[in-house]
Amino acid sequence: MARYLRAFIVLVSILTTHYSILSAQESTFKANGPDDYRDGVHAFINATLYKDYKTKIDNGILVIKDGKIIDAGAAVSIPLGAIVHDMKGKYIYPSFIDMYTDYGLPATPKVLTRNEDDGGVQYFSNLKGAYGWNQAIRSDYEAQKNFTVNEAAANDLRKQGFGTVLTHHRDGIARGTGAVVTLNNDKENKVVVKGTAAALYSFSKGTSTQEYPSSLMGSIALLRQTYLDAQWYKGQTDKREYNLSMEAWNSTQSLPQIFEAGNWQKELRADKIGKEFGVQYLLKGDGTEYRRIAEIKDTKAKIIVPVNFPKAYDVEDPYKALWVELDEMKHWELAPANAAALSKAGIDFALTTSDLEKKEDFLKNLRTAIRYGLSEESALKALTIAPAQFLNVQDQVGSLDRGKLANFIITSKPLVDEKCVINENWIQGKRFETNKFDPKDIRGEYSLAITNPKESFNYLSMKVQGEVTAPKGVIAIDTNKVEVKLVVKDNDVSLSFDPDKKKPGKFLLTGVVESNKSWKGKAQLPDGEWADWTATFIRSLPDTSKPPKPDTIDISKLSRVMYPFNSYGNEELPKTENVIIKNATVWTNEKDGVLKNADLVIKGGKISAVGYNLSCPDCQTIIATGKNVTSGIIDEHNHIAISEGVNEGSEASSSEVRIGDVVTSEDVNMYRQLSGGVTAAQLLHGSANPIGGQSALIKFRWGYAPEKLKIEGADGFIKFALGENVKQSNWGEKFTVRYPQSRMGVEQTYVNYFTKAREYEKAIKEGKNVRKDLMLDALVQILNKKRFITCHSYVQSEINMLMHVADSFGFKVNTFTHILEGYKVADKMKAHGANASTFSDWWAYKYEVIDAIPYNANILTRMGINTAINSDDAEMARRLNQEAAKTVKYGGTSEEDAWKMVTLNPAKMLHLDSHMGSLKAGKDADVVIWSDNPLSIYAVVERTYVDGICFYDKGKDAQKREYIKHERARLAQKMLDEKRVGAPTQDPAKKNNKAYSCGND
Amino acid sequence: MIKKLRVHLILVALISVANCPLSIAQSDVPVPAPKQTERICLKGGTVHIGNGTVIENAYVLFENGKVTDVFAATTIKTDATLGRIIDVTGKQIYPGVIAPNTVLGLSEIEAVRATNDQGEVGAINPDVRAVISYNTDSRVTPTVRSNGVLYAQVVPQGGRVSGTSSVVQLDAWNWEDAAVKADEGLFITWPNMYKVKGWWAEPEGYELNKEYDKGVQDLKDYFNEAKSYAYSTHEKKNLRFESMRKLFTDKENLYVRVDYVKEILNVITFAEEMGVNVVLIGGADSYMIADVLAQKKIPVILGRSHELPSYNDEDIQQPYKTPAILQKAGVLYALSINGFWQQRNLMFQAGTASAYGLSKEEALASITSNTAKILKLDDKIGTIEKGKAASFIISDGDLLDMRSSNISQAFIDGREINLDNKQKELYKKFSDKYFKK
Repeated sequence: MARYLRAFIVLVSILTTHYSILSAQESTFKANGPDDYRDGVHAFINATLYKDYKTKIDNGILVIKDGKIIDAGAAVSIPLGAIVHDMKGKYIYPSFIDMYTDYGLPATPKVLTRNEDDGGVQYFSNLKGAYGWNQAIRSDYEAQKNFTVNEAAANDLRKQGFGTVLTHHRDGIARGTGAVVTLNNDKENKVVVKGTAAALYSFSKGTSTQEYPSSLMGSIALLRQTYLDAQWYKGQTDKREYNLSMEAWNSTQSLPQIFEAGNWQKELRADKIGKEFGVQYLLKGDGTEYRRIAEIKDTKAKIIVPVNFPKAYDVEDPYKALWVELDEMKHWELAPANAAALSKAGIDFALTTSDLEKKEDFLKNLRTAIRYGLSEESALKALTIAPAQFLNVQDQVGSLDRGKLANFIITSKPLVDEKCVINENWIQGKRFETNKFDPKDIRGEYSLAITNPKESFNYLSMKVQGEVTAPKGVIAIDTNKVEVKLVVKDNDVSLSFDPDKKKPGKFLLTGVVESNKSWKGKAQLPDGEWADWTATFIRSLPDTSKPPKPDTIDISKLSRVMYPFNSYGNEELPKTENVIIKNATVWTNEKDGVLKNADLVIKGGKISAVGYNLSCPDCQTIIATGKNVTSGIIDEHNHIAISEGVNEGSEASSSEVRIGDVVTSEDVNMYRQLSGGVTAAQLLHGSANPIGGQSALIKFRWGYAPEKLKIEGADGFIKFALGENVKQSNWGEKFTVRYPQSRMGVEQTYVNYFTKAREYEKAIKEGKNVRKDLMLDALVQILNKKRFITCHSYVQSEINMLMHVADSFGFKVNTFTHILEGYKVADKMKAHGANASTFSDWWAYKYEVIDAIPYNANILTRMGINTAINSDDAEMARRLNQEAAKTVKYGGTSEEDAWKMVTLNPAKMLHLDSHMGSLKAGKDADVVIWSDNPLSIYAVVERTYVDGICFYDKGKDAQKREYIKHERARLAQKMLDEKRVGAPTQDPAKKNNKAYSCGND
Repeated sequence: MIKKLRVHLILVALISVANCPLSIAQSDVPVPAPKQTERICLKGGTVHIGNGTVIENAYVLFENGKVTDVFAATTIKTDATLGRIIDVTGKQIYPGVIAPNTVLGLSEIEAVRATNDQGEVGAINPDVRAVISYNTDSRVTPTVRSNGVLYAQVVPQGGRVSGTSSVVQLDAWNWEDAAVKADEGLFITWPNMYKVKGWWAEPEGYELNKEYDKGVQDLKDYFNEAKSYAYSTHEKKNLRFESMRKLFTDKENLYVRVDYVKEILNVITFAEEMGVNVVLIGGADSYMIADVLAQKKIPVILGRSHELPSYNDEDIQQPYKTPAILQKAGVLYALSINGFWQQRNLMFQAGTASAYGLSKEEALASITSNTAKILKLDDKIGTIEKGKAASFIISDGDLLDMRSSNISQAFIDGREINLDNKQKELYKKFSDKYFKK
C-alpha cells in the first residue's frame, strides 16, 4: 500500500483543484446540533475495474469523495487520509440504471376493465380542475412531486446491482414526467438526480373511468389528436381556454419521450405515431422484438426491454398441453435470445427489471440472456451508459468517470459468472452491503501442534479444504482421519475435534489467523485443562474444483422464427412465382365467361395471359385438368387481423379511429381464410356507433408485416352503422344514455356531424384559426368524395334515410353492408347508386332482421345493383364460395353472377376492380385453384396465390401440420426436462382466439 | 301395369302444380297438411335410402303414412297397386332430415327476450320439458322445412342440468300433434376444465378452472341421489328426480354437452359409474379418442362443423374432417348445428363432411339414419324403408350441395306438406313489385 502512495504522491497536488469543485456540501437544510460534514474519501485498490462498459482495468483504483468519483484507472493517486479498501480478486462496475420503474411512487394501478354491473357509463371526464377533456391524458403528472424514498424497494433493486432509476407513474396514455433518482437511502432532496427527466406514454388508459378510448385504435387516435390540440393550443395568442394538460404536454416535449408500447407490433405502431409528429420515441417493448428485428431496427428507436422469460409450461399431460400453442412454446425457448438479437442487429437498447415477477430474478435472467448470445459488453452497456445517455444523465451516471456520482458495485467474480455475487453497492458514496464478502481463504495444509503438560499432539497434518465460505478440516492421526469442525470469522478461528472414538471427548481450540497464514491460540481439553496450540501453514492445496464450463447455447438449434410467429407461419416469406396453369376451367369474370380447358399464366405478380394453348417456358407448370381456376375471393366485410378492439364505440362518431393502425399480421384466421380462397378483405370497424372508424383494405400476404398487408393506393373507406346496434338496443339496461337511442336520433346524428363538418371545412377554407379535428377531417373527406362509406344496415326506413342525408349533403353512400332489407328499397338504392354487400341467409338473430330473406342478393342483382356476399364471420369467410352458391339456390341466380358476388362485385365496390376481381392479363395475380366447381360444396382449395405468391398450398399445409406436431413434441420434451430438474412451470392456458363480428352483436 | 302408369303420368303434372302453390301473401304459417288418404307412388326418382343404399329409377310406395315398398323399376312387381303416381323422374328422394340438438320452435328472435323460451332459471332443471315451449306456429320452422328438415330434437338450454328434450315433426297444429317422441332424454352441460377470462369485447384467453373437480363431484352426488330415488318409492315426490327416473330404469338417453377431450373421458367414466346411456353433444375433440368411443359404443352428436378449430395449432379444417374420422373408427355419430334458423344449413355441413372424407351416402346418414339411431327412433324414421314413416323429401339435385339442393316436394307421414314460407312470400311480393309486367 505504501508503495502506491509513494508512487502517486506527486499527482495529488495537481488534482486537488478538481476536488474543490466536487466537494460542495452546501445544503439549505438546518442541522440539529453541530454540523456533521464528512468528506467520505475512499480508495478502492487492486480491483478489476470496469471504468465503463468496455474499459476493463486490471489492478485498478477507484477514488471517491463526497459521493462523487474523483478518479478511476490504473494510475490514480490515492489522497492522503483516504479510507483504503483492498479489492484484490474483486470486480468493480458502474452500478446499473433501470429506466423503466415506478420506484418510490404509488403502486402501478390496476387497469380498470369495464364491468357493466359496476355502474353507469361515463362519457365525460370527471376530473375536477383546469385539465383537458380526457382523463387518460395525465401529462400534468410529475413523478418528482410524488416521489418518496422506499427503502424496501430500493434494497430489492440494489441487490440486483442497480444504483439509479427513472421512475414514473404507470397510469394513463400520457403519463406526465419521470424523475431520475438514485437508490440511496437519504433525504429525497439528495436522491433526486434529475426531477424532470423524461415524458412517458402508453396505449393503456389505466385508471381512467371515461369511456373514450375503449380500444387500441382509440388510444392511437387520442394521442394523435392530442398532439394536434397541443400544437394548436400553443399557437393561441388569445387564450379562451387555460388547459393544464396542454400546458404540461407542451412543456415536456423537449424531454426524452418514452413510450411503453408492448409487443413488437405495438412498438411499430407507437413509432408510427411519433414519426407523424416529429417525435422519436424510446420504445419500451416486451421482449418479442426478435420476431421482426428488421422492422424494429427500421424504427431507429432506442428500445427498453425486460428480461422476463416465461416459465416452461407443465405439459406432462398431452391433453392439457393442447391449451398451449406453438407460438407460446417457441417464445419460451426464444425469449432469452431476444437481447442478443437486438444487440446483433445493432439496435441501441437498455435493459429493465420491469415486467419481472420477482426483481431477484434479474441477474439470473441477465446471465441467461448472456448464455443465449448477449455479450458481456452489450449487457453492461445496456445497463449503464445506454440508459444514462437515453435519459441525458450521462454526465452523472453510467460510468466511473471523474465527477459522476459514486455509484458502483463490487462483485466477487465477473458479472457473467453464475457464482458471482454483488457484495456491495455504493450509491452516492454510501455503502450498501448486499452480500457479505467471502471470508479469508484459509484453505491449505497445516501442521497442528497442541502442547500441554499431560499429553501432546505434535505436528499432526491437517488439511483444510472445500468452499472458501465453508472450509472443512481433516486431521490424520495415525491411519485415522478425524474431521475437524471449523468456524472462521474475520481473523477469528475456532476448531473442535474428537481424536479418539474409543475415548469420547472433544478438543476445543480457539485462536487467530496470523499474518503469516499460521494460526495460534488456546485449547481446552476434554478434562477442562488449557493448552497452547499452533497450526503452521505448510502449503496451499492444489485447486481441484473444475473450472465452470463455458455454458453457451447454440442459437442455431433453437426453434425458428416464423413469419408470422405462429403455428402456420413460414420460416421464410414466400416469393413471387412464375406459373402456368394448364387445361383448367377458368372463371374469368370477364366477357369470355368460363373457359373450359384453358390456360393461365402468372408472371411478376400479375396475370400475364389467359386463354388457350398458352406456353411459358420459364414458368412452373401446373396441370390442372379437372380443376377450376378463379380470381381470389374478396370479402367486403371482415373483422379478422385486428388488434385489441374492433369498436371504438364510446362516442356517436369515431371517424378519427383507423383500423389500419391496428392491423395484425399474426392472426391465424388469415391463413384459414386463404384455405378458402380468400385473398383480400375490407377490415371494418364494428357497428357500435352511427359513424364508426376508417377501414383497412388488405391482401392476405400471410407473414408479411402489418403495413405490407395493406393494399397500396386503395381508396379510403369508413364504417357507418344504423339500427339496433347504434341505438344500443341490445347492450343492456345501463346503455340508455348515449345519443341516439332511436332511428330518429340516428338521422339527426348524421345531419349534425355533417353540418359541423361542412362548417369546419368552410372555416378552414376561409383561413380562420381552426383547430384540426381528425374526426371532422374524415367527414370532410366523405363530403368531398375522398372517403367512402360502408354502412351496416338492415331496415328499409333507415336505408332510405341515409340515402336522403347523403343526397342532401351531395355525396353517395358507397355501400350498404348486410342490407338485409335492401330488396325492399332496391329501386331507391339503384337510383342513388349504392352498392350492396349482404349475407346469403342470416336472419332471426334480432328484431330488425325478421324480414331478411335469402333471395335478397338475387333481387338486388336483378335490379342492376352491384351486389356482394360478405362474411362478417371468421369461419364463414372461408366458405364464401358456398355462400355465393346459395344465391343460385335462392332465386336461381346464374353461376357466373353468383361467383362475381364474392370476387368482381366486391372489388368494384371497394374501387379495386381496375387491378383485382377478375382473371385478365395485367391484373394482380390473386388466383385460386379449386378441385371442383368453386360454387360446389365439394370444392376444396388446392392453391391460393396473392400477387403471384403462393400463400396456401394444400400439400404444404400437410407439411406444416407435421412441423407443428414435431416441433411441439420437441419443445414439450425440453420443457419436461426442465421440470425434471426442478425448474418452475406454469399451467397451460389458452390465448384468446378473437373472432369479431358486427352482424349479430 | 305399364299402361296404368302412363295414365297417371298426365295427372302428376297437374297435381304437383295444385299441391305446391306459391300462396299469395299469406301472413301466417302454412296450414298443416291433412292425413294421407290414398296410396301414393313416387316413380322414377333416385332413392337415397339413408343407410348407404341408392336405388335409381325407383318406385316408392306409401300408404297410411307408412312406406309400403321401395324397389327399382327393373324389379317392378306386376301385382303391386301403385295408387296415385307422382312422377319424380330425374329427381332425388331422401329421408327427411333430422335436426338434433336445436332450439327450433323454442326461440323466435335471438335478441328479443320475450321470444326466447329455451332456458329456465336455476342450474338444475331436469323436470322442464322443451316440448311445452315448442311453437308450431314459428315463422322460422317453414324456412327450415322447405330445405328438407322434417324432424327436430328440441332441447332446453342453460344451467348444469337443462331439462328434457323431445323429437318433433315440423308440420303440426300444436305441440301434442308435433311430438314424435316426447321427453326422450335429458340434456346436461359438463363442467368446463378451462374457463374464459376477460369480457366479451376483450377476451383474454382461458385458464384452468379450479372449480372443475367440485363441479363434477356435485354432478355425481346429484345423479347418485337421483339414481337412489329412481329405484324406490316415495311418500313425497321430488319432481326433478321423478323426471330422471327413466335414465336409470329405461336407459333413456343422457345427452352431455362436452367438447374437450379430457372432459369427454371424464364423462365416459361418469356414465359407467352411473350406469346411464350417454350421448356426447358437441364432441369437438371426439376424433382424438374415436377408437375409445367406438369400443365403448358411445354415440356423438357433433356440434356445428362449419366452425373454426378449437386450437390454433389444430388442423385448420379439423371440424370438417372430424365426421370422417368418427365414421372410419366405427363411432355412431350425427351432425347438428347450433341455434334454430341455422337448421336449414344442416345438410350443407354434411356436404362439407363429404368433401373432407365421407362418401355422400355416409354424409346423408349423418343427418338421417344415424341421427334416428342415436335418438332411438330408427324403427320409425331416418331411412326410406318398408314400415317406416313416409317422411321424405324430393330434391331437384344433390341435397348436400347448395348448387342444386332445391326441395320441390316433401312428405311427413305421407302428408304432402306445404313448402311455402314467409321468405318466399316476401320474395314474391317484391319480385312482383319490380319485375311483374
